[in-house]
Amino acid sequence: MADASYPEDLKYHPEHDWARIDGDVATFGITWFAQDALGEVVFFDAPEVGATVTKDESYAEVESVKAVSDVIAPLSGEVVEVNPALEDSPESINESSYEDGWMVKVRLSDPSQVDQLLDQAAYVASLD
Amino acid sequence: MSTTENTTGRGTKDVHIGDDSAIAREAVLPAAGGSDPRPLAAPTTSVNPIQRDHATTIFEKGVEGRRAFVAPATGVPEVALDEILPAKLRRTTPARLPQVTEPELVRHYVRLSRRNFDLDTGFYPLGSCTMKYNPRLHERVGALPGHSRLHPFQTQDHAQGALEVMYGLERQLAEVSGLPHVCLQPSAGSHGELAGVLLARAYHEARGENRRKVLTPDTAHGTNPATVTMAGLEVVKVATNPDGGVDIDDLRAKADDDVALIMLTNPNTLGIFDPNIEEIASIVHGVGGVLYYDGANLNAIMGITRPGDMGFDIVHFNLHKSFTQPHGGGGPGSGPIAVSDRIAPYVPVPVIRREELAPANGAAAEHRFELISDPADLPGGVDGGEPGSRSIGKLRGFQGNYGVFVRCYAYILSLGGSGLKDASEVAVLNANYLLAKLEELGVREHLPLAFGTRCMHEFVISGGPMKRDLGIKTLDLAKRLLDHGFHPPTVYFPLLVEEALLIEPVETEARETLDAFAEALAEILREAAEDPTIAQNAPYSTPVRRLDEAGAAKKPRIRQAIA
Repeated sequence: MADASYPEDLKYHPEHDWARIDGDVATFGITWFAQDALGEVVFFDAPEVGATVTKDESYAEVESVKAVSDVIAPLSGEVVEVNPALEDSPESINESSYEDGWMVKVRLSDPSQVDQLLDQAAYVASLD
Repeated sequence: MSTTENTTGRGTKDVHIGDDSAIAREAVLPAAGGSDPRPLAAPTTSVNPIQRDHATTIFEKGVEGRRAFVAPATGVPEVALDEILPAKLRRTTPARLPQVTEPELVRHYVRLSRRNFDLDTGFYPLGSCTMKYNPRLHERVGALPGHSRLHPFQTQDHAQGALEVMYGLERQLAEVSGLPHVCLQPSAGSHGELAGVLLARAYHEARGENRRKVLTPDTAHGTNPATVTMAGLEVVKVATNPDGGVDIDDLRAKADDDVALIMLTNPNTLGIFDPNIEEIASIVHGVGGVLYYDGANLNAIMGITRPGDMGFDIVHFNLHKSFTQPHGGGGPGSGPIAVSDRIAPYVPVPVIRREELAPANGAAAEHRFELISDPADLPGGVDGGEPGSRSIGKLRGFQGNYGVFVRCYAYILSLGGSGLKDASEVAVLNANYLLAKLEELGVREHLPLAFGTRCMHEFVISGGPMKRDLGIKTLDLAKRLLDHGFHPPTVYFPLLVEEALLIEPVETEARETLDAFAEALAEILREAAEDPTIAQNAPYSTPVRRLDEAGAAKKPRIRQAIA
């Protein structure tokens, strides 16, 4: 498992989720802190493409050897893509939480919500 | 149940670490169940022999034609099989049974039992599960032929003794809970929860209300939200205040007229008794909701206070935890419920009634016990107000796990009311003693108490500082405890505590055992300060070492090919 890291180009949600913004589409995943707290992930229960996700509400479940946990949406919108690799390799969420372990891509319904998310420094400060 | 680390294994004395161990060094193995690490000689080739034993099923052992027992000649004239059992009714190939000698048979099962961790060999502080010692007396009582040979279809006339045991247990549980009506049927705590939620739903529906929400604190046992979902209702989480109790402001904000019930454990999974219970009851009753008591932690308060007196309407008991019954590994458990007058009409059938019989010819008054399955047969019939008169129906076949009833009846009668109270007090005393011992040994510097300063019958410490300061996680600590001969506590539950360890020492443990356990925790922390890899690679002495839990979840092998 990689060392703790929090890329500066991402936006963060206090429930330990990240969003990579690309125009009106954002990629979601969970942070290094979240995967470390969960332990080894054994299953990712993804939403359907086309599903509506709402900021601050659960859009998926992740099951680790310790517990099943909700994954909270950092922003609202419609799911346009689900990471197909996680079905067979959910461990990517642990091993590469910001790259191979991405969860969904969402077309944002309200891009202005991005302003409510934390930047890297604010999120890292919240972990102490 | 909780999210638990239930890895089996046991410490074994005088075991050396083999060269094939990931870490082979001196002083890695402490003495089993003791406080002193026992320095070992240089690693040799001998390991815990069971580690080399490839686990096989009984079907993989033995050879064709081998037998454990051969029946002697009968000495009476034999009848041809065709005359009594036609060929068309007989199987054409022999049943594939194990073909082993008696010693092979005995060794197979004894060796299997030695792969396990059990209360008969070691301390088992698995928080929330109440792994107390179960007196042998109860096994003897349960094995009496009147109990063990009873058939569920026995006529009621021939099962009067059994019905009396069940009736008597119902009265005892009513007294313990402070709620007058008891149903023994549910098979386990989670089943009792389901019964309780279905009863609350039936109660509201009978009043023409379709309430959907169930309030559960975020410290709740995982079975609470699972039960709510199974009953078709919606979970609403209530936050925890800094003292570890229910956040009253959050409760007020969420309590509305769509709330069917609140499910509460008191003391909760943090081992903290919520002093605001009367206010909580008043808020929930104020919006017309029902109060449900998760009895998983009843063993902390039994004989001292009663859920019925706190304002609860429905309680489930974990007979196997709070009273007695060997449990774990699949049960059987037993999860009776006790309810208030307003819930009683909905309880599952059959109900047990005691009928007074008119004395005949000056003889002493007699009574008879009767199981009633059809509400129409109750006095007053359907809607007559008697328990079961508007029953939600049956939850399972027959009357429940009778063997557990017998053991618990024996337990309650042998302890008596004051004995039950003693058991609760000692459970709480033992937990607080252990907590104080951990403070004295400096353990709480790395493993601080998550909430509060004292506890009820169990407590939660956080492995967060240990992880940051010493580099070992709660899982590593738990695995290393196995080498000391102790079953680990519940780990990573409750979920709101980082790297949680939930420790329940129970009332049946002696002070020396608690001291040894505390010393073992201190020793593991000392060892980790010098070399964290020892705990990170533990356990060393168990039948199997660190398990691939992710692999077991992702690619379970559920069938074994038999040649």
